[in-house]
Amino acid sequence: MTALERLATGLRSALGAGRVISDRQELRTYECDGLAHYKVTPGLVVLPRDAAECARTVKACVEAGVPFVARGSGTGLSGGALPHADGVLIVTSKMRTIIEVAPDDERAVVEPGVINLHVTHAATPAGYYYAPDPSSQQICSIGGNVAENSGGAHCLKYGFTTNHVIGAQIVTPEGDLVELGGRAPDSPGYDLLGAFVGSEGTLGIATRVTVRLTRLPETVRTLLAAFRTTDEAGAATSAIIAAGVVPAAVEMMDALAIEAAEAAVACGYPAGAGAVLIVELDGPRAEVEAQFEQVTALCDGNGAFELRIAADPAERALFWKGRKSAFAAVGRISPDYIVQDGVIPRTALPEVLRRIGEVSRAHGVRVANVFHAGDGNLHPLVLFDDGVPGEADRAEEVSGAIIDLCIEYGGSITGEHGVGMDKAKYMPRMFTDDDLETMQLLRCAFDPAGLANPGKVFPTPRLCGEVPRRHKAGETTPAELF
Amino acid sequence: MALWEAATGEDTVAGVPARFVAAPASTEEASEVLRAAAADDLTVVVRGGATKLDWGMPPRRADLIVDTRHLTGVVEHAAGDLIVVLRAGTPLASLDLPGQQLALDLPLPGATVGGTVATNTSGPRRQAYGTVRDLLIGITVVRPGGMVTRAGGKVVKNVAGYDLGKLYTGSYGTLGLITECAFRLHPRPAAQAVVLRTAPAAAIGALLAAVRAEQVVPAAVELDAPAQGPVTLAVLVEGTAIGVRDRAATLAKVLDGEVTDTLPPWWGAYPWTGEEAGLKLTAALSRVPDLLGCGVALRGSAGTGVLYAAVPAEGAPTVVERLRATAIRAGGHGVVLTAPPPVRDQVDMWGPMPGLALMRRVKDQFDPAHAFAPGRFVGGI
Ligand SMILES: Cc1cc2nc3c(=O)[nH]c(=O)nc-3n(C[C@H](O)[C@H](O)[C@H](O)COP(=O)(O)OP(=O)(O)OC[C@H]3O[C@@H](n4cnc5c(N)ncnc54)[C@H](O)[C@@H]3O)c2cc1C
Ligand SMILES: Cc1cc2nc3c(=O)[nH]c(=O)nc-3n(C[C@H](O)[C@H](O)[C@H](O)COP(=O)(O)OP(=O)(O)OC[C@H]3O[C@@H](n4cnc5c(N)ncnc54)[C@H](O)[C@@H]3O)c2cc1C
Repeated sequence: MTALERLATGLRSALGAGRVISDRQELRTYECDGLAHYKVTPGLVVLPRDAAECARTVKACVEAGVPFVARGSGTGLSGGALPHADGVLIVTSKMRTIIEVAPDDERAVVEPGVINLHVTHAATPAGYYYAPDPSSQQICSIGGNVAENSGGAHCLKYGFTTNHVIGAQIVTPEGDLVELGGRAPDSPGYDLLGAFVGSEGTLGIATRVTVRLTRLPETVRTLLAAFRTTDEAGAATSAIIAAGVVPAAVEMMDALAIEAAEAAVACGYPAGAGAVLIVELDGPRAEVEAQFEQVTALCDGNGAFELRIAADPAERALFWKGRKSAFAAVGRISPDYIVQDGVIPRTALPEVLRRIGEVSRAHGVRVANVFHAGDGNLHPLVLFDDGVPGEADRAEEVSGAIIDLCIEYGGSITGEHGVGMDKAKYMPRMFTDDDLETMQLLRCAFDPAGLANPGKVFPTPRLCGEVPRRHKAGETTPAELF
Repeated sequence: MALWEAATGEDTVAGVPARFVAAPASTEEASEVLRAAAADDLTVVVRGGATKLDWGMPPRRADLIVDTRHLTGVVEHAAGDLIVVLRAGTPLASLDLPGQQLALDLPLPGATVGGTVATNTSGPRRQAYGTVRDLLIGITVVRPGGMVTRAGGKVVKNVAGYDLGKLYTGSYGTLGLITECAFRLHPRPAAQAVVLRTAPAAAIGALLAAVRAEQVVPAAVELDAPAQGPVTLAVLVEGTAIGVRDRAATLAKVLDGEVTDTLPPWWGAYPWTGEEAGLKLTAALSRVPDLLGCGVALRGSAGTGVLYAAVPAEGAPTVVERLRATAIRAGGHGVVLTAPPPVRDQVDMWGPMPGLALMRRVKDQFDPAHAFAPGRFVGGI
């Protein structure tokens, strides 16, 4: 019997039937996440029902020396949940209980497999919602959001997952259940929760998450502004921010992205637009009205040739539909594409977009731009046809060149999709060896054996073998006794 | 030039005398100092403005104080990107960012950027802007032993690698010397107003719930509760002139309170003097009222569940334990931030906390020799 077979037998008797999948065909359901060009069939899939089962599974992996990978809904776009052929994929899809919605505390406590949007649905009757809203919010899991520190259209004003998660129970990579943070703010001690969020499954598995709920705004106002060029749209974005307005969202699409969205969902954006901005303001009525006028004037003053104001929720939904379906829509105008996720300082937008255009032309590869303009988080969609020899490679080159541009302008290689498997090789372009080694210190503290999602995020993990010099004995303080 | 000088009688940390003081003027110099300190097996305590150098436990040893007074200045202010990069020794009070703000409440003049990050202190407007951990987007640290390392960056949105800025925030100088911090900025609001209401402690829970139920988006919800007598609630709203007027009016109605444009004198100040123990008490929002009426002076951010208590030295250990137990029952924690020396010896400063074993392992990895502020932090870390 192989180690995995022994593990399967052990887990079957510990967790019961239906929790462990080893059938080759069934395993293939889990061979990739949202980044479908990397595929690995997992050695084994386990579907724990609760935290205790999850901890048991990890313990079993540790005892067997087998790597494990957590998976939520598998919508990740960086190959973070890519399985190991000789490892265990721990899937949280059976951990979908919303344990508690406590509007008086402005908190909800959920299991990791709970779908992002379901938290909002549960909180809405009480006048609250869960603010982080990735475009995948109808399908992605809170555990996956925590692991990726997911963002969304509204994080310009409301922040990212990390600003909304205040507590988590995790299974450490050694199989222990540990509470990080809590229901109240500012837990004493190192902010391990802050470090855990965004760690992409390399520091353990979240088994219960306490999130902050946000009051539903009194008013929402949404504006669609059409410009001739992305330069103008970029200038309008800068002008809005410079005026001291913090919109809930500022999203931009360029001509090619608009073309794709039109083809897919007929959103009816203004004809002839080289770029559109969707600007949304929310909050108390008087506040929003005053700022909305200002924003409209600023778009006007920066070259908008058409301004549309959503008259009702249906029209607002239509504005957003084009934007939210843009990724998928690109499939209408290109058989294949790479979604890039670089970040630049917002003020560099016009210049970087121009240079992306140059790179695109030089390589004969089309690039559609649809992105979070307010945050400078680009999502260039690099279009190609895998059927045409050489195109995939050229697209990969363009995609890499865009990342280099982001680094050149002082930005980041990823704003919300994570490093995962896909971008581990780019990490040394953004960080020095010393920076990466320092990150490894955290990894070693949590996962000395290196079993949690190995091969992701870091190009070359180090061995955690060095025994640290312990502090002198006999210096126990009262706090240590608890 | 020598890397450090002999300490004077003034150079103590929570009563522990230091032997040497270094004041590097750059990250590179700091790196050199810390490399030499490690070679000489010196323990290190970092000193910023020394406004709260007595917070936490006294260090077991403090051979070398690394003072950040020369590590000052704005490295970069990208106004259009609402970003600022500051050297750690920069006094927060000295920041001048026209039209913009680093939305950390101004503590006593003298508190530095590094000290504020290291202690993760926050004031009233955390309600609107979050705390250090939310505003810090990039950090440069010299590790014990001298290695220079950066995490995060200069853009608000960034998920490349571990968010080590969070780990250094609130670590009380036990993991390394912070030399530079990048923060996100906010526009300065055009207008602000405060609504005040004084009421018996028993009525505060209902008033807080009433504020929460309104669409007023407060920037801060503070309370001031003397040891005896009624409690004052102060709600701050910020924004456009017309928006602020509207919301202040709503609040005045809901609270049956008065609108003013000046902050009350106690705003953002801790309730203790040097004679008392200063505690930080946290609670789940709906349980904040549980903390009131406990016979000690309380002040702080009722809207986020963070209050500060002043406990007289006399009988402090009993009161501290009682307050801590109340906070824990309310879903939070009770930490003694500062206390006169005799009280320190009698109380557990940090209180119980989960995750301590992992925290020790983090310390072992980042500071294997336990040279940085040994004994200052939770569990004797
Ligand atoms: C159409 C589309 C649009 C998208 N839009 C956005 C967007 O706007 N913003 C954005 O940020 N992302 C977006 N994404 C990416 C993706 O949805 C997010 O990264 C999401 O957080 C992944 O959640 P998941 O449950 O699918 O995680 P998975 O893909 O299953 O896993 C992602 C990572 O999290 C780890 N993980 C999963 N569960 C846990 C757990 N319980 N504990 C620890 N680690 C765990 C995995 O190991 C893996 O590394 C989009 C994806 C798609 C397909
Ligand atoms: C609402 C509010 C009100 C406040 N009111 C007051 C007040 O009235 N009086 C007052 O004194 N304080 C007040 N503070 C607290 C004040 O913000 C902190 O004490 C202060 O930020 C500490 O800064 P410092 O430079 O003086 O640090 P120090 O006191 O010098 O050091 C504090 C801690 O941080 C560590 N440290 C300092 N710099 C670094 C660095 N670069 N790298 C690593 N570790 C470092 C030190 O080792 C020490 O453990 C208030 C805070 C708030 C939020």
